[in-house]
Amino acid sequence: MLEADNLECVRGERRLFSGLGFKLDAGELLYLQGRNGAGKTSLLRMLIGLLPPETGEIRWHGKPIRRQADDYHAALCYLGHLNAIKEELTPLENLLAAARLAGEALSVDDAIDALEQVGLAGREDLACKYLSQGQKRRVALARLVIDRRPLWILDEPFVALDVAAVDWLAGIISGHLQRGGMAVMTTHQLVAIPAGTVRELRIG
Amino acid sequence: MPNIVFSVIARDLKLAMRRQADIVSALFFFVIVVSLFPLGIGPEVDLLRQLAPGILWVAALLATMLSLPRLFADDYRDGTLEQLALAPHPLGLVVTGKVIAHWLVSGLPLALITPVLGIQFDLSTDALLVLTGAILIGTPALSGIGAIGAALTLGLRGGGILLSLLVLPLYIPVLIFGAGAVDATVSGLGGEGHLSLLAAMTIAAIGFAPWASAAALKIALE
Repeated sequence: MLEADNLECVRGERRLFSGLGFKLDAGELLYLQGRNGAGKTSLLRMLIGLLPPETGEIRWHGKPIRRQADDYHAALCYLGHLNAIKEELTPLENLLAAARLAGEALSVDDAIDALEQVGLAGREDLACKYLSQGQKRRVALARLVIDRRPLWILDEPFVALDVAAVDWLAGIISGHLQRGGMAVMTTHQLVAIPAGTVRELRIG
Repeated sequence: MPNIVFSVIARDLKLAMRRQADIVSALFFFVIVVSLFPLGIGPEVDLLRQLAPGILWVAALLATMLSLPRLFADDYRDGTLEQLALAPHPLGLVVTGKVIAHWLVSGLPLALITPVLGIQFDLSTDALLVLTGAILIGTPALSGIGAIGAALTLGLRGGGILLSLLVLPLYIPVLIFGAGAVDATVSGLGGEGHLSLLAAMTIAAIGFAPWASAAALKIALE
């Protein structure tokens, strides 16, 4: 269970939001909405623990996340604006390296399956610098196919994806919710997520 | 827990192998700078012997500096650093892995080529051995201390020059004891004391510097 209480965000001289709070239970999805610059990404960075909030507290299963950084990070999967893939490595190597660094066991066969699902069959052994923007994004999204951590925090996951891929990703997210996972995401395209409870939070 | 250290080392070494130009250019910089001195000074054997330790050490410091700005910058730019910071381990361990990998691709090659370069300065076998040993023992400290500077200047414009201004003064003790080890051997005092101090600096740098770098990285990631 993820709870946020009375969060305030100040960037530079400006206060982006204050008094923000929410509660997220298993199987729920939180849609963050707001205009550009409203502080959606800042809020996500607070939720993953990289940006300390000015005031307020974020709790995971009742305990503040700052007190249990390692346990919290073990339960958290974050997908940011940046793809976090290495151009010199192949999609397969990227996926395996990401899993190893996250402390998860991932077999080569499972990784190849995941890449096939995101439509990169036959490209597993091609260095990522030769892939298109959308394909690089798919390499990053392949992490979600195999990820079984309970909390997903996704920053604009639908950017640079074609229509079929958007539907596919919505299916992946609803599968995650059905398994009892939680997700927080920002998006400008409203995409219907077929399963789970969807809540909305408007910032700014 | 040390698993994360090995995972990071393995990943960074693989990346370095895909981008060998970086390793080779720092190594060639070292070779060329060191080789220019005998050509410029001329065949005065006594003078060359005296200057050799200082020249090799200064060249080693500068060659290490060359590769420092990229230590975290690439990971920062493509978002991998965020993911490393979110790994379920202390960030200091991740940085320890990166520092060790940095030494393996920057410091170790310098130490391996030192005996060959030392011949140009007509160093005796003993002096060559001590010089190589000193560079081998001292360069991990350079990678460790450099990581703090690289983390502090991460994401800054013109960070490269600031990085040299921050890091080079901190390299002075390593330079003094590294070059001093050879002088002490040549003068018959024995270089063991200097080498022990170098080893102590390396242990301190590898032990503490990653945690200081991790604190700086967290600020850069805010």
